Formats: sequence, C-alpha cells, structure tokens
Amino acid sequence: MSVRLEAPAIAADATARDRRANAIAFAVMVGLIVLAPFVAYPFFIMQALCFALFACAFNLLIGYVNLLSLGHAMFLGLASYVCAHAAKVWGLEPVSAIALGVAASAALGVVTGALAIRSIGIYFAMITVAFSQMVYFFCVEAPFTHGEDGIQAVPQGRALGLFDLSNPWILYVFVAIVFLFGFLAVQRTVNSPFGEILKAIRENEPRVISLGYRSMQYKLAAFSLSAAIAGLAGATKAIVAQNASLTDVSFAMSGEVVLMTLVGGMGTFYGPVIGAFIVVSMQNYLAQYGEWVTVIQGVVFVACVLVFRRGIVGELAARARISL
Amino acid sequence: MSGNDILVTDGLSKRFGDFSAVSDVSLRIQRGTIHALIGPNGAGKTTCFNMLTKFIAPSSGRITFNDRDITAMRPADVARLGLVRSFQISAVFPHLTALENVRIALQRKRGDSFDFWRSKSALEPLNLRALELLDSVGLTSFAYSKAGEISYGRKRALEFATTLAVEPEMMLLDEPMAGMGHEDIDRIAELIRHVSANRTILMVEHNLQVVANLSHRITVLTRGRVLAEGDYRTVSENDEVREAYMGAGHA
Repeated sequence: MSVRLEAPAIAADATARDRRANAIAFAVMVGLIVLAPFVAYPFFIMQALCFALFACAFNLLIGYVNLLSLGHAMFLGLASYVCAHAAKVWGLEPVSAIALGVAASAALGVVTGALAIRSIGIYFAMITVAFSQMVYFFCVEAPFTHGEDGIQAVPQGRALGLFDLSNPWILYVFVAIVFLFGFLAVQRTVNSPFGEILKAIRENEPRVISLGYRSMQYKLAAFSLSAAIAGLAGATKAIVAQNASLTDVSFAMSGEVVLMTLVGGMGTFYGPVIGAFIVVSMQNYLAQYGEWVTVIQGVVFVACVLVFRRGIVGELAARARISL
Repeated sequence: MSGNDILVTDGLSKRFGDFSAVSDVSLRIQRGTIHALIGPNGAGKTTCFNMLTKFIAPSSGRITFNDRDITAMRPADVARLGLVRSFQISAVFPHLTALENVRIALQRKRGDSFDFWRSKSALEPLNLRALELLDSVGLTSFAYSKAGEISYGRKRALEFATTLAVEPEMMLLDEPMAGMGHEDIDRIAELIRHVSANRTILMVEHNLQVVANLSHRITVLTRGRVLAEGDYRTVSENDEVREAYMGAGHA
C-alpha cells in the first residue's frame, strides 16, 4: 500500500508525560491527606474524603462512559443504612459492616442499571432519578432505617477485631486507606482493558457495537462498579459520622455529587476529589450564613460552567496538555 | 442456496408508517467480490444497509449470512460472525490515539474485556499488530496522534485499519467516498481494493462513477426497489437506470 504522507508526523508519545504528572499529583494528594488532620478538623477531612470517593464513583460514569446518573445518592445512602444497621444491630465489626453495605449497593446497581442502561441521555438520567426516589421512599418507610430519625449512635468498633476505630487517629488512617483504595480502583478501572472499551463507548457507541462488543454489558458493569464504590463511600461515612440518615439518600445529595464533579472537572481523576473538598468546605465554613449557602453554591456552580467548563483540574490539565 | 453466495436477502422490506422505504429487495452477494449498491437520494440504500448490519429491524424478509439466518440477531453478534460495517460519518474514537483506536478492535480477540482490575499494559502485546495495520493504510507516523486531530481522509483510513483488525469475512461500507475530494477518492478506492483481498465487500454509494472501476457487480435501487443489476456496463447502458438515476446530464 503506497499512501503518501505529506504532513510531518506528530509522533510524540504523551503517555510518559502523563504518567509522570499523575505520579506527582498522587504524591501531592497523599501528602495533603497526611498533613490535613494537623491543620484542619480531622472529622471534617474524613467526611470530605467520603464525599470525594462518592464523586470519584459518579465520575467513573459521567466522565468515562458518558452516563449521567441523577440518582447516585441511592447507592451512597443504602450502603450507609446497611452498614449502620449491621454494625449497630447485628454487632458486626466495621470492615464486615462496610463490605455488607458495598454488596447491597452493588446489587442495587445491577438491578437498577439493568433497567436504566436500556435508555440513553436524558431518559437514562430520569430513570435513575425514579429509582432513587423509590429507594428514598423505602428508606422513609422501612422499619430498620427509623424514618426521620435515621440510625444514630453507630458503634465504630474494632476494624478486623484489631484496630480500635473510636480512636480518632486510627479512624483517620482507616478512612484514608479506604479512600485511597477506592480512588485507585477507579483509576485502575479507567486504565484497564475494560476501561479502554468504556472510553470507546463514550466516544462512539455504534462503532463499538459494530466491532462486535455488546456495549450494554459494558455499561452495566461500569454502572454496578460505580454503585459499589459509591456504596463504599456511604458505608465508610456511616462509620465516620456514626449515623445514617435520609440526607444521604436524598435527591439533593444526587445533585451535590454532580456539582462536586463538574466544579473539579469530570473525566479527570483528581477533579472530583478537589470538587468534593470545595463543596464540603463551602457548606462547612459558610454554615454561619444559613440559607445563603445554597445561593453561594449556585453562584459558584454558574461561574464554573461559564468560566471553566472543564472544571478546575480539567482546565489546568488542558493548559498543561496532560491528562490528570 | 448456492454455496458461493455469502450474503443473501429474500424479500427484504422496511416500512415507516405508510412510507415504504425498502420493498422486496432480494440480493445475492457473491463471495470474494466487491458489490456496490447505488441509487439516488432516498432510494433506500442506507435503510437497506442498516438492515443488513442489524442496526434497524426489517418489517419483513430474511437475511442469511454464510447460510445462517441472521434476521433476528443483535448487531454485536452479527459483527462477531464476521460481517462488519463502516459508517457514513467517519467513525473513529476522537480522543483516543490512532493506535488505541485500532487496539480497541484487536482487543476483541481476547474475548470479552471485563477485566477492570488489570492494567492496560496487558494490551501492549497488541501494539505491534496495531502498528502493522496502521502501516498498511499509511498511518504509521500518526500512531500517537489523537484520531480527532487527523484529516478526514486519514480518519477514513484509520477506520479501515480498525475494521481490518477484527478480520471480518465481509465488510459493509456506507458511502466510503462521501464528502471527499478527488485525491482522497483515489486513495480510498486503492484502500478498498487493498482490503478486498480474500474478503467480500458490499458498499453503498451515491455516485455511480466512483464505483465503476471498483466493483464487480452493481445493484441499482430506486424508491426502495431493485431497478437493475449487473456489471458496470450492463447497468450504465440500462435505459431505466439512465433515466431514473443519472438524469439528463448523462442521457
């Protein structure tokens, strides 16, 4: 075949640069997690890490498969309830309780995903909203969730029977490890053979089908994985906050995770983490302004969409021509 | 049924409400040939094409591929049998590099890729084959360029390399020359000839001229029906074809 090449080749392999940038970003993140409890209130950092993991799970879908779930709080909330119940009523140690919460959310992900992924775009989003409303209703009515009261005074217990999580420092290390595990799981998924197919589906689904891939199964697997990781965030949060409440299954929570991901930068690994910290910080430090928090959040959101569409990390990465 | 026909349709029809887009089209595509399906706008070429690749379901009729009834099969499964389509708008994955584009197709040989726990370095053994395929369409030096950033003609070449990667027994090309200048048309014609070795090709084309030297057999569609069939000479000398399709300019 003799097809001539006229233009000079752009054969620069950017992957090496990306790898280096990611290694640095990861080191910085770990460093900040280590230093944070000496600077800020550890409980606040732990909660923020849980939300950051939740946003990472959401980002796996919107950023890499182009699926907008508007009901992701159902996975956060259900796992939170199941974990809290298992720890408090059944007296399970925290790791098992968390595992049970993750399993519940993953199962919910398989069932709701199997029905939702048949639709695309706004219809997919609306079906996820419908399911999350059902789960919300279930959590209001089910006896074990205690309705408006939620599950309070969840014992933190000894992780694996060894590490006493009621010690705030041990708890902090535990949460940091869970977060890093979840974060790396998302990163690995995206950078796996499976992730390659997901990205191809995001770019051109009919083409992926024409190459012989059953794209539905890939989308369902991604949806269930995302549900499981959101569950991990919710279950861990129940141990940290020692409660499970309706807030975590509410529609507002599903909206908040969209905000976190968009502000930080969807389709980037670090964006959702930074976005989560920004949103949680705003809620925390602006709490004195009461109702105005929502207004300020709204303004930040609008500003983000107008000024940096790719989110904070997305814009930085685009400017430096790397992918983070 | 003749063992020499790879793809056969019997009375293929598609109705959209009252409108009959394709009616009673029976095709026989011979193994190892380049077959062109041509016709003016609205003749039902693309509808026909989409039915063959299972992207839309026929209202009635039957499609067999290698003597196997594929009428009710899902598109991904038809592709696995070796009947692979291209798209009218060049179908690449714009944010992936050319190499990654081809590798997506090569990955299918691993079976299903649900291994989310493994590093994508597991795919590196496929790089050599991907580079070979890119080389065969003249894209070696674009291997690490994002597919969205290369020229239209090259995207088409990349699409060919990607399709070849799944080693299809038969390729269905949807207007491969659409929106191209003269130089590119020659290049793509050369590519089609290149990839047609040991395989069957059915292409849908708007323009009779570009398929003249390329195809062994031509089927002309108008208003959803087969008007004429044969080699270029037979078809181009058919009065009905001249009148209905080529218009006064060629008469």
